[in-house]
Amino acid sequence: MARIARFVLGAALAAAALAAGAQGSRVPAPKYTVDQSTTCVAPPDVMRRTHMQMLKHRRDRTVHQGVRGGDEALTRCLECHASKTTGAAIGAPDAFCQSCHQYVGVKLDCFDCHQGKPGAVRSVAARSP
Amino acid sequence: MSAPNANGTTLTRRGLLAGAAALAGAALAPGVHLIEIARAKTGEPVSSKVRWGLLIDANRCVEGCQKCVSACNEENGLEGGTRPVDVQWIRKVELKEVRTGRKASAPVMCQHCAKPPCVDVCPTGASFKRADGIVLVDRHTCIGCRYCMMACPYKARSFVHEPLTQQKPEVPRGKGCVESCTLCVHRIDRGERNTACAEACPTKAIVFGDLNDPESAISGRLREVQATQLRADLRLDLGVRYVGL
Amino acid sequence: MVAVPTIPAPVVERRFWWLLAAGVVVLAAGLAGAWVMEHEGHIATGMNNEIVWGTPHVFAIFLIVAASGVLNVASVGTVFGRTEYKPYARLSGLLCVALLAGGLMVLMLDLGRPERVIVAATHYNFTSVFAWNVFLYTGMFAFTALYLWMMMERRMNRYAKPAGIAAFVWRFVLTTGTGTIFAFLVARQAYASAVLPPLFITMSLAWGTAVFMLVEAGFARWRGAPRAPEFQRRIARLLGIFVALALYLVAVYHLTNLYFAKQTAFERFILLDGGVYPWLFWAGYVLVGSVVPLALVWRAGVTERGALAAAALVTVGAFALLYVFIIGGQAFPLDIFPGYEVTSSFRDGQIAAYAPSLPEVLLGFGGVAAAFVIALVGVQVLDFMPDEGR
Repeated sequence: MARIARFVLGAALAAAALAAGAQGSRVPAPKYTVDQSTTCVAPPDVMRRTHMQMLKHRRDRTVHQGVRGGDEALTRCLECHASKTTGAAIGAPDAFCQSCHQYVGVKLDCFDCHQGKPGAVRSVAARSP
Repeated sequence: MSAPNANGTTLTRRGLLAGAAALAGAALAPGVHLIEIARAKTGEPVSSKVRWGLLIDANRCVEGCQKCVSACNEENGLEGGTRPVDVQWIRKVELKEVRTGRKASAPVMCQHCAKPPCVDVCPTGASFKRADGIVLVDRHTCIGCRYCMMACPYKARSFVHEPLTQQKPEVPRGKGCVESCTLCVHRIDRGERNTACAEACPTKAIVFGDLNDPESAISGRLREVQATQLRADLRLDLGVRYVGL
Repeated sequence: MVAVPTIPAPVVERRFWWLLAAGVVVLAAGLAGAWVMEHEGHIATGMNNEIVWGTPHVFAIFLIVAASGVLNVASVGTVFGRTEYKPYARLSGLLCVALLAGGLMVLMLDLGRPERVIVAATHYNFTSVFAWNVFLYTGMFAFTALYLWMMMERRMNRYAKPAGIAAFVWRFVLTTGTGTIFAFLVARQAYASAVLPPLFITMSLAWGTAVFMLVEAGFARWRGAPRAPEFQRRIARLLGIFVALALYLVAVYHLTNLYFAKQTAFERFILLDGGVYPWLFWAGYVLVGSVVPLALVWRAGVTERGALAAAALVTVGAFALLYVFIIGGQAFPLDIFPGYEVTSSFRDGQIAAYAPSLPEVLLGFGGVAAAFVIALVGVQVLDFMPDEGR
């Protein structure tokens, strides 16, 4: 009986401490700028929940099946989502990808390999002599 | 209904329609096939109807020329260094036959084997052969174990030993993964049917094309000259063939 | 054997904390080395595009091969019915788990992208021995844990033999797999050989027995446990048999290689004029690692000191052989153009240079320390020593 009482008291104290602690140390909500005049491939709430699967599916189609360009390309996303200050999706606290990922604490390793700045995709016409 | 004709066999309406449909199908089929090939260019998944390859003529290759290497470095955003830790997708090899002293030179890159040892040994399947014959590393899945580098008979693969920042947007590459010649896959998939090295070679020693297409330039040339494969004893059925070695 | 420790328990415990501290310090140094490698990239190491597997792999393969072999002490008791080995079976199982964990730690931390071990655990290409190894190694942990449970839980003792046989078979498959990692490299002159899997089996038996002897003696010293001289003599003789078997297969490997004209240049490099590699092979492995230990253990009155010296020398010889095998094997250039002399910017035709760097060496020793810490804590907490658990 006394053991149960001690456990309940301890749990209540811990919950109170957590709540108090959370109040005092809120991580600031992500602030980012994005060009609102165009629309993304899906509405923001859908993108927030599913962009990871979307990116994964598209990257497999690009790498394994060679479907490239258009909506498949990461450079296409970066055309809108690159930050005005750094020109990339990372590198500044208000950069689009970095701001949210920093808030939720999920490591972004896309830009270890992918160029964070949008790149011009050359067309066949532009390259012909 | 059926009506007997002069030979005594009966021709039914059903039989006539079936025969006409078959004839029409036979007439249309080549056209459909051509449309298929035409559509399998950009925007559609690659297929094994095509097999990309290179033909390198060592007789035309100039000793000391590095134009193919520079073009590859420029196209793919490679740093161009030659330290033991630096990445090289293509290198010029200067050869001297031991017995006769005859000299030759040729570029060497990933041979895009049909039976790639690097694909066999990759634990995660990151090293893979695409349907159109190009052997690639899926850097999303590569864990950097370097087993493929041990397995490659041609020393084609390089490991990225430092963090990178100046990647070309169409050629993502990064620290900790293994990479090699991609046959300029980012160009091929967009319809530019030539690799940077082949384009840059001043003596047209490198020819790029579809090994499966008998009408392509590379197939035509392969019918005329004797081409060999490097380490042909390994029977890997390479996509890169050499003349003059 | 009378189970009366000559050192009081508080002293044993105090020594435990000092030993643990030493182990944790070396482990931390190893993790620091791994952090530098992961953060700066492999440019912080001596490895490059010619020598792609370096010092960490020498340590890791030693630990993994020895892990498989150290379980042999238990197998001799359980599977082959030699009762004088049975008290040592529990320690043997613990060391198997500890050494395997240490070796795998080094391998995983040396990866170019160590954060992707989850990818390795979820994407499999089953033509790759590495993919099979994920299952073989986790299976080894599971089977050894099961075997230990059967041995240490009195009610389950009657299942110890089937569990022991399962672990024994699994061990052979696992070490064969380690050998085939190299045997399947068709293009490399150093490796494409069917004798490698059996060679790795014999090496595991020799190195595992040597490690067992050293650790058992060291732990007994720490805990003041009594020694059994008769057992020391037996296991020293067993070490001698395994060292001779391994030496035999190394000889077969080189002799057959010498017969192939296309392999002669490579053999000349490894055995004669390759600089550090022939030295390490002949002086390190053959002389110090095989001939001298054989002379020590096959004397008429082998003492415990002589046996332990032999075990230590076998371990030194193991590292020498692995350095020659792994790094020397990569240093010799691939023969892409037979009959030609080649030069290029990518060091075609050149012997590759390699020098171990500090982060790599620290990581290697960190793996050894991880194994040590696991074994130490295990022995302190549970009854693994041969004189305990009666």
